[in-house]
Amino acid sequence: MFDLKNIAQENVHLFSYRELNILLDVNSGSIHVLDGAASDLFQALMEKKVMNTVIDKYGETAVQEAYQQLLAMQAEGLLGSKMDFDADSLLQDDSYIKSLCLNISHDCNLRCKYCFAGTGDFGGDRQLMSFDTAKQAIDFLLKASGPRPFCEVDFFGGEPLMNFDVVKDTVIYAKEAARKIDKEIRLTLTTNGMLLNEQVRRFLVEHKVKLVLSLDGRAETNDFMRPTASGRGSYERIIPNFQSMVEELDGVDYYLRGTYTKHNLDFSHDVEHMASLGFRELSVEPVVASKEEDYAISEEDYPKVSKEYDRLVDLYLDYQQKGDPFNFFHFNISLEQGPCLSKRLRSCGAGFEYLAVTPQGDLYPCHQFVGQPEFCLGNVTEGVKDKSISQTFKNTHIFNKKDCSKCWARFYCSGGCNANSYQQSGDLLTPYKTGCLVQKKRLECAIYLEVKKMLHAEGEV
Amino acid sequence: MSSKLHIKTLVNPKLQDTIKTGGCGNCQASCQSACKTSCTVGNQVCENK
Repeated sequence: MFDLKNIAQENVHLFSYRELNILLDVNSGSIHVLDGAASDLFQALMEKKVMNTVIDKYGETAVQEAYQQLLAMQAEGLLGSKMDFDADSLLQDDSYIKSLCLNISHDCNLRCKYCFAGTGDFGGDRQLMSFDTAKQAIDFLLKASGPRPFCEVDFFGGEPLMNFDVVKDTVIYAKEAARKIDKEIRLTLTTNGMLLNEQVRRFLVEHKVKLVLSLDGRAETNDFMRPTASGRGSYERIIPNFQSMVEELDGVDYYLRGTYTKHNLDFSHDVEHMASLGFRELSVEPVVASKEEDYAISEEDYPKVSKEYDRLVDLYLDYQQKGDPFNFFHFNISLEQGPCLSKRLRSCGAGFEYLAVTPQGDLYPCHQFVGQPEFCLGNVTEGVKDKSISQTFKNTHIFNKKDCSKCWARFYCSGGCNANSYQQSGDLLTPYKTGCLVQKKRLECAIYLEVKKMLHAEGEV
Repeated sequence: MSSKLHIKTLVNPKLQDTIKTGGCGNCQASCQSACKTSCTVGNQVCENK
């Protein structure tokens, strides 16, 4: 009789997206494409259903063949593979702080309605970081990163270009200080574009600073959520700056990044608009907000959001077919060259590999926790004083998150954003449900696109 | 008569085996580059591959 023994539901994920039936074996990461007979058979086997309808539909021979092939995959460790290890012991190794989010300016020239930084000041005074503090932060990072050869610094805010002189001095200091000890510091700057003039652009290109350029898409979408301090729209002013910037970067080393909210659930049109303006490196993602906000996305919005990702897949394929592809950050997936398992057990490293620094030099697990005193770990002069906070974040691996440990997406999203979880549930270990739905949808789209690309390369579609 | 192929395996990265080989810690912080609110580890590439 037909029977696949010992395959746990959480270790496989079969989904049909458009013309393809795709089976992910979660623990091995292997990906298989199934025809109708194999797909229906596998589903019936997992649901312990009778085979009659599958046999009636495809015939006994086809079902027997598919069954033998499933058994062979299982024997080869390609289906229902297991993973036995103790996550706690695997993750108790030394960790080093290797990335800093440098809040170089707690001030902003925009008043974005969804800003988690309280329109730039993070709930405190509007302040700029001094060069002395920035230097101490770099020294702290180079020391705390121990044997790690690569470090990262993101100039963040508020709007970092409101403190451009300190950005400049810090970029030069950081590169030189790293070089002296044979390390490499990779630099990023996140900007709203308002002050991205010719002199600033020249400096950023010359010093190889990667850029995250903030735009929400169409003029009406952007200006509704991202007005200036005087209440006017920012779109007209920033677009020419962004276009010049990307041209000077030769179209690489940047992302045009937007946020979608309940007010633009048709966000695929915003992505389309960004592509129509000539930008090719795109990232648009859902707002993180408490449920009381009128722009917050709730579970009931999910069907609409899901359809928008489907439309985005069409758009992505259309541009690809025209020979003018764009890159959408959340459709990137590395099925073969992805990170190792220990990287996949925890998400971003906030609190123990990645910290945010305030203008006063205080350390927080990440930019989203800045201003919440119970999360302050120490400062750049004395280093991490409260190690218990780092330990708490280290323990936020997927096997300590009940909802994640049996989720098929666990090794791709790795438990999601801890700040999202904390904001939504008051608990670092309870993931944000709507975020999970969106994440899984994006992953299915990404896997589908990658599978399609592979089949195309093999001449099968 | 040879049987028809109903299943095609496209990739097999043997993720479970990387417990023994991985963990160098040289990879990028996943929230740091292109996005500041969503960490998606699966779309990163290993620094050592």
